[in-house]
Amino acid sequence: MASFIDFRNPPGSDRRADLHVRATSEPAWLRRSFVTVVLVFFLLFLILPLVVVFQGALDKGIGTVAKTFADHDVLHAVGMTLLVGVIAVPANAVFGIAAAWAITRFRFPGKAALQALIDLPLWVSPVIGGLIYVLLYGRRGYFGPWLQAHDIRIIFALPGMVLATTFVTFPFVARSLIPLMQAQGFEEEEAALTLGAGGFQILRRITLPKIRWGFFYGVILCNARAMGEFGAVSVVSAKISGRTNTMPLEIERLYNDYLFAAAFGVAAALSLLALVTLALKTLAEWQNRRQFEAGQRAQLALTIEAPSPDQT
Amino acid sequence: MSTRRHILPGFHLSLGWTLTWLSLIVLLPLAALIGKTTSGGWQHFWETVTDSEVVATYWVSFGISLGAALINGVFGFLAAWIFARYEFPGRRLLEAATDLPFALPTAVAGIALTALYSPNEWLGKWLEPMGVKVAFTQIGVLVAMTFIGFPFVVRAVQPVIAELPADVEEAAACLGATRWQTIRLVVLPPLLPALLTGIIMAYGRAVGEYGSIVFISGNIPYKTEITPLMIVSKLEQYDYPGAAAIGFTMLAASLLIVLAGNRLQSWGNGFRKQI
Repeated sequence: MASFIDFRNPPGSDRRADLHVRATSEPAWLRRSFVTVVLVFFLLFLILPLVVVFQGALDKGIGTVAKTFADHDVLHAVGMTLLVGVIAVPANAVFGIAAAWAITRFRFPGKAALQALIDLPLWVSPVIGGLIYVLLYGRRGYFGPWLQAHDIRIIFALPGMVLATTFVTFPFVARSLIPLMQAQGFEEEEAALTLGAGGFQILRRITLPKIRWGFFYGVILCNARAMGEFGAVSVVSAKISGRTNTMPLEIERLYNDYLFAAAFGVAAALSLLALVTLALKTLAEWQNRRQFEAGQRAQLALTIEAPSPDQT
Repeated sequence: MSTRRHILPGFHLSLGWTLTWLSLIVLLPLAALIGKTTSGGWQHFWETVTDSEVVATYWVSFGISLGAALINGVFGFLAAWIFARYEFPGRRLLEAATDLPFALPTAVAGIALTALYSPNEWLGKWLEPMGVKVAFTQIGVLVAMTFIGFPFVVRAVQPVIAELPADVEEAAACLGATRWQTIRLVVLPPLLPALLTGIIMAYGRAVGEYGSIVFISGNIPYKTEITPLMIVSKLEQYDYPGAAAIGFTMLAASLLIVLAGNRLQSWGNGFRKQI
């Protein structure tokens, strides 16, 4: 047990070092209990639920999993989830770049309000994210009668599900780019401009390479949320299996039909996606920090170099 | 003046695109929410939001999530502390696992927690003989809300712990402070704003949470129903003004929570600049 925690200063090794540890860190027994408490918390709240999902999926053997994913309705749900993601994620990625460019490169009135509005979908209930589109495009919504007259279905169909998903994933890319681009500054872009580069040339050859890890990070989170969204989509979907069910909605349907093995099978697939997301996210964070720090160093170098006498 | 402000190209294009997309996805639908709320009339609004079943859900959504946020405050702080200060095997793995509630779809979390805490299952099997029922009770709601809010506290507190200057702790120790005095008087004060911000963010998330709760709660009226579920049931009855009224109330409450969080954050930033 004692070797479980790598103490910087094992007890009794050196009296002065021991004293130092006692002064600026907690006693060993306390550190060990802190780590144990956190481990137990992680086990109960984060790790066991994940184990339960995979155990529930494989409980009846791998054959059941194969059978689950051979089912037409389940396959259709996988397709719907991918389709919604393929539309919503690129749309928000393009928006994220445009918003980050506008916010970090220019000064204009109302910038703070714009940033607050971009963040809004993060803190409202996902159910509200579905509700607002029902109020607009639903049968008794503002555009409902007009849409019905023209035989266009938005609510209880794919367009509504894409809209609701776009709403809940709206801020992800923009939020991961704005602090990064702010830290990096835009001296290189200005240099490219003086050398005659056009706007899209600057974006493609200067800015995008500089922000690629931050962008990747935002897109991964956006994608995970888009594919896993439940609350907002359940409000705007007709929840017809094989027609308008995404994977999370299909999980609910299977679960409520007491088809637990199948429900956990689909859940396990989404959990794998979550684990891959976490791994890629950790990688992106690590790389992003490097780009972020490189950007800060470059800025620092500029501010130090600019006023020095041998430059002038 | 205006030309100096916009040296780089693309101002109109990027801002135009941003505003168009924002209007389509956020502003126009929100205007519909406000419009539908008022279209039912004040009477209908008041009757809907003060209906006894709906009021019972406020206690669950706003009360129990406060409990969950405080639990996360304690364990999130502890986790942030050991991640920032201690070295132990598996630390990086745990750090990465912290964000699992962000990445795991809420429906998956919902059925997993239900299975974990149901009687005759995994943990439920052990808790049941002790007289503790978790699934389909308010404790189950608390468990789901704790799960969903956990990363917020760790993510808010950990960077602030990491950037605490070591010399102030050393100085306190040199001046004869005990470790507990150092923690209480030197370490905790600058961390307090970040901790409160994290708790408020976890609270805001738990208030609006739907997917992970509806499975474990069993949705028993007056006991475990949450406010977002009321919106869903009003929509199922095609009571759009009623659904909008509850949605508007939740939106206003969430706005207050966010504003409180922002105030704390700016307080914290000012606080940190002083040290």
